[in-house]
Amino acid sequence: MFKIGGRILKSRLFVGTGKLPDYSLIEKMYSEAKVEVFAVAVRRIGPNTKHTKNVLEYIPKDAITMVNTSGAMNHKEAVKIAQIGRELTSSDWVKVEIEKDTKYLFPDNYETLKACEILVKEGFKVFPYIYPDLNIAKELEQIGVEAVMPLGSPIGTNKGIGCEVLLKPIINEVKIPVIIDAGIGRPSHAAHAMELGADAVLINTAIATSSDPVKMAVAFSKAVEAGRLAFEVGLLKEYEYAQASSPLDEFIKG
Amino acid sequence: MMEYLKEALEVYSQYENYIPSFDEAREILIKEFLDKSDLVKLLNIEDERLIRIMAKKAKKLTEANFGKVIMLFAPLYISNFCQNGCTYCGFSNLKNCPRERLEREQMEIEMKSLKDEGIDSVIILTGEDRVNSDFEYIKSACSVAVDYFSEVSIEVYPLLENEYEELAKIGVVGITIYQETYQKDDYEKLHLFGPKKDYEFRLLTPERALKTGFHEACVGPLLGLSHPEKDAFCAILHAEYLMNKFPKAEISLSFPRFRDANTGFKPSYLVSDKEYIKFLLAARIYLPRVGIVISTRERAALRDALMDICITKMSAGSKTTVGGYATSKDEKLGQFEIDDSRSVSEIVNVIIQKGLRPEFTNWVKGVGKL
Repeated sequence: MFKIGGRILKSRLFVGTGKLPDYSLIEKMYSEAKVEVFAVAVRRIGPNTKHTKNVLEYIPKDAITMVNTSGAMNHKEAVKIAQIGRELTSSDWVKVEIEKDTKYLFPDNYETLKACEILVKEGFKVFPYIYPDLNIAKELEQIGVEAVMPLGSPIGTNKGIGCEVLLKPIINEVKIPVIIDAGIGRPSHAAHAMELGADAVLINTAIATSSDPVKMAVAFSKAVEAGRLAFEVGLLKEYEYAQASSPLDEFIKG
Repeated sequence: MMEYLKEALEVYSQYENYIPSFDEAREILIKEFLDKSDLVKLLNIEDERLIRIMAKKAKKLTEANFGKVIMLFAPLYISNFCQNGCTYCGFSNLKNCPRERLEREQMEIEMKSLKDEGIDSVIILTGEDRVNSDFEYIKSACSVAVDYFSEVSIEVYPLLENEYEELAKIGVVGITIYQETYQKDDYEKLHLFGPKKDYEFRLLTPERALKTGFHEACVGPLLGLSHPEKDAFCAILHAEYLMNKFPKAEISLSFPRFRDANTGFKPSYLVSDKEYIKFLLAARIYLPRVGIVISTRERAALRDALMDICITKMSAGSKTTVGGYATSKDEKLGQFEIDDSRSVSEIVNVIIQKGLRPEFTNWVKGVGKL
């Protein structure tokens, strides 16, 4: 269990919904993989139509909706989208996502910082998606965000924790939770993030585009738990050469 | 853009007739980043086994970048007045046909009709006529549309930068503009008179719009008017150029094939399904993040086959006649003939059967006005 955004959560696996083939999978992920936090892009929250239901109707009432500002090109748009998202969902959890470019989808840390300053003052629980930069993470901590969400690798690449050397200092230095977001393609990548000491991970592509998203969410959920347990126990060091050790050492020495 | 296009065409001319061997093509297809010569080679592929490999790669890239989602939209024709003498177009001034434009009340009837179908993303279209559909007319249509739909785009004649700025302020977010053909000689032959004769002004149109804060631009050729591989190549590079110059904007490509518009025009080139598919796959592989749009010009079976491979956006239930949604119209009066005439519901059902999610909303209403 861990405390974040004023809530106590059992699951450290957060799931993005934007790429799912069918929103009815959300309920199954909640019940089978025990996912409690679902990120929803405000740009995708549409009214019910004769063909489709609003995504919000699929989110279990005890789960947390984290509204996502994706699509915002600057801090003004992100703030406006967050405000609209709060109206639509009654959730004050907001993932601030402002991309620098649509080719790599790298977050724009500068605009993100500006948006977060405004949103924290407006009483949101703010979760900024950032390029892994310790300085920005510290500034965000100072202004009062709930957590930082640095990317593990570029979004949708399934490359795992490619930015490890940049993520470690953030995990070590900031006191607020660190949620690794983007680039995690396999359950073993999620376990790796947790072993490093991340507090949670957010997965979208790897679950949504798998052939069985619910089963894959279960796999991720187990990997996250395993990685966290290992971190709590403390991982053993790696050695270049075999370490000779035996309870008979004293006698062998003669 | 002119310089970029010139350099690109030099690369094209070096590899124009170069058909890569099976092994060379496979080497290209395992690369993470392709260069311009790779793109020409992919466009020249003929071996069907390689096209199948391209399809597999394209599917993976599409899912990774866009998920299992198909965005649906509809075009809304508000005026077919046109001053241009384009030899191939159903709205051309050369064609003797009834001309009309919708007034506000009629527009609202059309918009309500589309909204009732569940459509939430709309493209406003006109012919090019600065008298009968002047800028103020287009602007007023857009301001009505932004009240109905979360995403409003335009496919109207090239406007000036300050005009795009005004439209961005009222909440228009996207622009579609087809260059028709990127080959200047052919362009000049196909456009006999009217403001559309200005090749360069048209080519630079998406840049003028994106500079002012538009979020999206869709570009492409009308395949069949000129050398298809060359036009596909130029369009893909046009998209790349825009992605590089406006990194925050969402850029899409569309490759409409010529369809008869009762003008008597016979295209110089016929583009087979195989070629058409190859162009879409090459675009996806070369630019994994580009949106790819397929219109109702294409027949249902082909649209269905491509939707889970490389398509991100498709029109549904389209009418190309002015006032075609609310009042029954002779579709021969449309800009072009539609092939996939299925209703929105029918298309939604196919999308779901393919294991994809139909999406109607892609933008936050009101944010475009900031």
